[in-house]
Amino acid sequence: MKNDPGFYDYWAYDQRPKITWPNGAKVAFWVAPNIEFYELNPPVNPQRKAWPQPSPATPGYSIRDYGNRVGHMRQMALLEKYGVRGSISLSTALCEHHPEIISMCKDRDWEFFSHGIYNTRYTYGMSEQQELEMIKDSMETIYRHTGQKCAGYLAPALSHSERTLDLFAEAGSDLFGNEGGIYTCDLFHDDQPTPINTRSGKRFISLPYSLEMNDTIAYVVNKVEPRRYGQMIRDNFDQLYKEGADSGTVMCIPTHNYQVACPHRLRAFEEALDYITSHEHVWVATGREIAEYYLQHHYDAAQESILAQQRGVSS
Amino acid sequence: MTLDPAHLDYPHRSYGMDHQRYNWSMLTERPKVNWPNGKKVALWINVNLQFFPLNQRGVPFAVPGGMTMPYPDLRHFSLRDYGNRVGIYRFLKLFDEFSLTPSFAFNAELAQRNPYLLNTIKERGNEIMAHGWNMDSLHYGGQNISEERELVKRSLGTLRELSGQDISGWLSPARNESENTPELLAEQGVEYFCDWVNDDMPYRFNTDRGSLIAMPLSNELEDRFILMNNQHSEDSYVEQILDACDYLLGEAEQQGGRILALNIHPWMLGQPHRIGKLHKLLEALTAKAGVFSASPREIIGHCGV
Repeated sequence: MKNDPGFYDYWAYDQRPKITWPNGAKVAFWVAPNIEFYELNPPVNPQRKAWPQPSPATPGYSIRDYGNRVGHMRQMALLEKYGVRGSISLSTALCEHHPEIISMCKDRDWEFFSHGIYNTRYTYGMSEQQELEMIKDSMETIYRHTGQKCAGYLAPALSHSERTLDLFAEAGSDLFGNEGGIYTCDLFHDDQPTPINTRSGKRFISLPYSLEMNDTIAYVVNKVEPRRYGQMIRDNFDQLYKEGADSGTVMCIPTHNYQVACPHRLRAFEEALDYITSHEHVWVATGREIAEYYLQHHYDAAQESILAQQRGVSS
Repeated sequence: MTLDPAHLDYPHRSYGMDHQRYNWSMLTERPKVNWPNGKKVALWINVNLQFFPLNQRGVPFAVPGGMTMPYPDLRHFSLRDYGNRVGIYRFLKLFDEFSLTPSFAFNAELAQRNPYLLNTIKERGNEIMAHGWNMDSLHYGGQNISEERELVKRSLGTLRELSGQDISGWLSPARNESENTPELLAEQGVEYFCDWVNDDMPYRFNTDRGSLIAMPLSNELEDRFILMNNQHSEDSYVEQILDACDYLLGEAEQQGGRILALNIHPWMLGQPHRIGKLHKLLEALTAKAGVFSASPREIIGHCGV
């Protein structure tokens, strides 16, 4: 085990090259609906149980199923109303289980990125070959069902190995060259995209995804009241919008159709979306769009700046 | 380090669910439900009447709301009992004030222990549902089937005999089930149950003994969940329910009738500092023109599920 994953170097927020976004936007804003499939009775990973009680875990399983049966349509309609195309963090087995959802999101030109096969299958304990096989399976499944060359990754249930990002970047190159496997959502160290060191040396970045804005973290882990969650989103936006005048920032709201799309939480979410999208200098985009723009326009300057900062400290 | 190959094998990776309990079906794809008199939202209030034994075994887990201290946990035993002695009578006054027709989910052992309370509910003529034996008699995965069959039979038999009602509804303690619970319920004449929280409308649930109706009794909007589990304020509880109601009223305009299901506990909302909030909530809900109060059987009758 390492004391630091080594994916990125320290890079101070106050000394970076200016980031500009299309049309003078201050914030690149994206919404990442997690569309997940949890299994009722998965094989039990030696390091993490999927459910707290012996199967069937009726309460936990059924509320997640609520998201797909009921919540999805509500969230999709709401995002559409505010002109947001979702970037879906997808349990890719959902392509087989619920192709109707895949099809309607594809029709709306939403992005699909990999969130593993099932959210009840964890990376812990996998050999490198097994993890690579699982990641490739997920990317190929997306391609087969949507024609999209998966650009991003969020490990299933945020379960990682030390090699996860390396393997995802390499799987993307193997399958789709530089069009696949270009960003990760697994790291929470910054409010701007940052270059990530992977063993293949690929041009690969971390895209801010935000654990703090994640509805499940807010509602389930931190037990935040719905209206307060709406206020937190607006406060988060205000600060990033303000700072974005100096150098572009990224704001993401990661959602779950079984949390944010419950009837008692939709009003707060809608008010927040309305607030954000009513600002003039917001680039409402998908994960891939932000990642590609950054790679094309800002990645090289960022690498130079990181190196210069390292040299400055060591000299 | 390698995982057993079973971890990369996906035997249920195909269309629909990963089990045979019900069909995959998105709510928006189903026929619209029409409530009587052009109403939009059926308000279903279900009151939990529960007995938490002092000598809790906690098999396979200690039920939420149960004993947490070393034996004898007098504080939690008596605080739960408070609901059945005091809180429930505050509830009943409110139900009368706002002409509501709630259902009452009874632990059978409570009905046996508190005949006065059972009689009070019987005389109101409201629907009574079975809520298992007591809060420490859980249904759970791996439970011996004959043991569970006896538990279901005893719970339903006792409640039917004491209440004089035929009792066709069921809510498992802590909503927990074994892999056999739906079959055992169907076998004992249960017609609908409320453990699965995967929908906002009733749907058909398969068992080897014929189908049950799964009734949507929201856990997310439950008083215990919001106030005790999430530690939200009473004002937020009221706000969340009203936001939910307004959302469902709007959705019903396009998609047909909806249900606002409030599962409440007299040991929670029946406290002096909370009953006023319940009053405020019920006043606001009943003032909405599109809302009507309905029992689970009435709801099922209108849904044609």
